[in-house]
Amino acid sequence: MKFDIFVLPFFSGLMFVFIYIFFQYRKWILELNENEKKLLVQHLFSKQIWKTLKEIIYECLLHRKIFKTNPLLGYMHMSLAFGWFILIVLGNIEVKFYSEYTVNPPYVPIFLRYFEPNPDPHFFGRGFNFIMDFLLLFILSGVALAYTKRFRPDIFGMKHTTYHMPLDKLALNALWFIFPMRLLAESFTAGAYHNGSFLTNPLGEFFASWLPVEAFEYTMWWGYSIALGLFFFALPFSRYMHIPSEILLIVFKNAGINACIMPNVISKMEIKSCSRCGICIDTCQLAQVGITNIQPTYFLRDIRYKKLKEETTNNCLVCGRCNVACPVGIQSTNHRIEQRIRNRNNQKMDYSFIKKPMQTNESEIIYFAGCMSHLTPSIKKAMHDILNQTGIKWQSLDQNESICCGRPLLLAGKKQAAEQLIEKNKNIINKLGGRLLVTSCPICFNTFSHDYDLNIPVMHHTQFIDYLIENQHISVTKSDMNFVYHDPCELGRANGIYDNPRNVLSKIGIIKENEKSREKALCCGGSIGNSSIDPNIKKEITINALKELTTNNPDFLVTACPLCKKTFSALSPVPVKDIAEITVANMIYTENKIVQLSDFVIANNSD
Amino acid sequence: MKNWGFTIPKANQINFNNNSLELYNKVIEREPSLLGCIFCGSCTATCSTGSFTYFSLRNINISLQRGETNHLKEIISKCMLCGKCQLVCPRNVNTRNVLLSLMDILNNN
Repeated sequence: MKFDIFVLPFFSGLMFVFIYIFFQYRKWILELNENEKKLLVQHLFSKQIWKTLKEIIYECLLHRKIFKTNPLLGYMHMSLAFGWFILIVLGNIEVKFYSEYTVNPPYVPIFLRYFEPNPDPHFFGRGFNFIMDFLLLFILSGVALAYTKRFRPDIFGMKHTTYHMPLDKLALNALWFIFPMRLLAESFTAGAYHNGSFLTNPLGEFFASWLPVEAFEYTMWWGYSIALGLFFFALPFSRYMHIPSEILLIVFKNAGINACIMPNVISKMEIKSCSRCGICIDTCQLAQVGITNIQPTYFLRDIRYKKLKEETTNNCLVCGRCNVACPVGIQSTNHRIEQRIRNRNNQKMDYSFIKKPMQTNESEIIYFAGCMSHLTPSIKKAMHDILNQTGIKWQSLDQNESICCGRPLLLAGKKQAAEQLIEKNKNIINKLGGRLLVTSCPICFNTFSHDYDLNIPVMHHTQFIDYLIENQHISVTKSDMNFVYHDPCELGRANGIYDNPRNVLSKIGIIKENEKSREKALCCGGSIGNSSIDPNIKKEITINALKELTTNNPDFLVTACPLCKKTFSALSPVPVKDIAEITVANMIYTENKIVQLSDFVIANNSD
Repeated sequence: MKNWGFTIPKANQINFNNNSLELYNKVIEREPSLLGCIFCGSCTATCSTGSFTYFSLRNINISLQRGETNHLKEIISKCMLCGKCQLVCPRNVNTRNVLLSLMDILNNN
């Protein structure tokens, strides 16, 4: 049996990591509820598991999402993860040529050159030697890039990198030392025995020419083992815990176990799956205005090590750009709201003043303008015109007294209070008894469709207008006006409605697509998600966003959110319009066509 | 005694020897922009809750500055936090945070 005392740091570290991960996985799996466990078992024995395995290889080894962010950054992560993985796999195959045992202790392939300094003289031995050297070079190129990234993040397209805590720095340095130490150890051995391949041979001969390599060789192998051991011992407590937890997270998510605002297993896993890569820092619009300590990388870290401050929780626009950018797919806005709920949920609120309406008109459509539309009455008026033009019977839910949908309360963490309002509003909507709820505000739309559980369909007015034009219930004229469309956070990222507004606008004029569109859309800065930010800083965010949006010099900046419109129009160099206003301005007024109820059923089914 | 529906009103004096400005100072500490308030009442005019009740952020600020704070916890529980007041404020007061801070402070005591 091959053994030397120097393998102990590595071996004990490896055993520790395996035992830790085993118990962590066990804990997470046991925490699933019955239904989720059933989903997981079903998933493990279905064909879908191959898709999950593919995703694990793509994301955990090849780091496809980071490649999309920046190719060089992707290469850096891939060379370390994929390179190391292949090195381990091939190392285990190589051992088979030298060992009479079928199963070898895990340290043998890692320290093979020490135990077998004279490689097999046959083709396979030399071939493997070459491949192992090549892989080491591949990984070392990644390590070199990682070193460079600390000093010149701009080469990797990053303005900010994460400021790491001491334990992370220790683990990081241990990781950076592993591969140079392997190179040195293998080179010294190669120098002592005058063999090795294209990398270890010349380096070994070079050291042998001026150093007593035989004497140093053993020390180098110790160093390699200690670096590995240190990394493994630090792994469960540092950022590198993301490696094992991300794998299980992908399996869970693909099994259909979803993240939600209330804490469940997924949210616990997500906290440990954050690699603190820092991609979220640059994507955060607050970082552009100098707030660089609240981004998900720090926020999730503070939750994990239980040192979260209220300022960190509150200072966030909840725009969701970080969710899209995150290579692990962590929904950090959920965590943000969850933490706010922890702080504020017990505050008692009283909305008994909202009463059910006394009379109702029979109508097919209930139109809810929303608080913000009351401050931008042109949107409300435009929607009234469109509704009148269709000839459908409609009524307003908040004509005189505006009621809040409850989302602002939820964003502030007052879940109980929000539920009170939701209950009140639901009663009112049920009493009015329409067939369709149309709203002008994406914030309301988001909460109506996710938190209300209404028995009638909900549409945002972009969807509604698109539906009306598509089915020729209203018609518009086309001109050569050009628009830049700004995707509101709560409509785009939160609900995936990107195509409806574009369909409408392309029938009226020409859309100039912007780099910051669809899921990469910016926040206007007016977000009610952030209560603690200074209004002047908000203004700066708005100005930054407007700069990006108006680079194409459009005739109009079009949006579909009254809050975005209100925020932009105060500072925009081009006129800001809501999509409803644009539609009305280009609408052909004709005799009323009465839209039949069945039409809406169709619209509902196609959703 | 016969009740004629008339009572002797309580003296409407603000006694700064008894009234404490502790709450006001705490709110100011958390949201200094409230100092810019000119009591124009735009917030009250636009208020969603204000269309149902006598809720008024302007009055809340006056009460805070007078140190008459006993009734505030009940009043503030009616706010829906919709944020319209913030959009109309000509002095850029972060009204939503004023209300949230007040709720936090009153509920944590």
